[in-house]
Amino acid sequence: MTWVAVLLAAAGCYLLKLGGLSVPPRVLEHPLVRRVADLIPVALLAALIAVQVAASGSELVLDARLAALAAAAVLLVLRAPFLVVVFGSALLAALIRAVG
Amino acid sequence: MSSSPDPALPAAERTAIVRDSLGVGIATGAYGVSFGAVSVAAGLDVWQTCALSLLVFTGASQFALVGVVAGGGAPLAGTAAALLLGTRNTLYGLKVGPLLQWRGWRRALGAHLLIDESTAMSVGRDSVPAARLGFLTTGVSIFVLWNLFTLLGALAGTAIGDPATYGLDAAVGAAFLALLWPRLDSWHHRVVALLAAAVALGAVPLTPAGVPVLAAGAVAVLAGLLRPAGRREEAS
Repeated sequence: MTWVAVLLAAAGCYLLKLGGLSVPPRVLEHPLVRRVADLIPVALLAALIAVQVAASGSELVLDARLAALAAAAVLLVLRAPFLVVVFGSALLAALIRAVG
Repeated sequence: MSSSPDPALPAAERTAIVRDSLGVGIATGAYGVSFGAVSVAAGLDVWQTCALSLLVFTGASQFALVGVVAGGGAPLAGTAAALLLGTRNTLYGLKVGPLLQWRGWRRALGAHLLIDESTAMSVGRDSVPAARLGFLTTGVSIFVLWNLFTLLGALAGTAIGDPATYGLDAAVGAAFLALLWPRLDSWHHRVVALLAAAVALGAVPLTPAGVPVLAAGAVAVLAGLLRPAGRREEAS
């Protein structure tokens, strides 16, 4: 099942790219389409963060993941590079779990 | 340096474009290591992880797919999230298509390299060769390094065992936040982000895993419909 998901995502994402290069710009340049397309990454990434950090199955739980997210936010404010943000927050979560 | 296609790109401009593009390519490609590690932590195997980087090749969509799987969601719900995030590449294509002016097999190959960074390094160039050079140097260098580092990250992630011990499961949220961060550049976007997160959390106890993320996509549609005056945000 995972392979099906991987290959469908591959085919779909490629067609989305090719479509953009192939379609005459006016077809999709409707202001509403542009606005929604602009907001979709914002909404989806925010939702992914929330679910990733606070959901465990169908329950909401607060644990080391939330602290790791807070650490990531601090690192981003400090303009740390992507890798430092990702592995820095992982390190904090690991430390909290080791102590707790 | 006129606006018409000029096959002879001045050497200085050429060097500058290649240098800038490689810089972006190296910085971006290296974080493939975090994708590789996070993906195997989510439960995908090394082959599936590498297939994502080779074939999907658009970071946020890849992270979305493994993020949904990590949360216990159906893999196909992950695909849906990946496709929704992939729609922004369509808009990039509309923007760079007229600049690159590729047809046939060149367009078919070039399309695979159409991502945030290759778009950023080709828009604003004043000639077709300059746009193509920025696009290809950035796209190819990221493609090579992203796949190499994905493999390294996946192998390392597999070798160290239970991801929770090393906090790698918690790093997925951090990776998404880092991807979201540059988009939180207006109040409009911040409000949409908060609403989307709230909708997703509200849906967690009520719907199967994977659905909450897609439900949040509706927030984007509603916000787009309800905010026809939000033109200032469209400049980026």
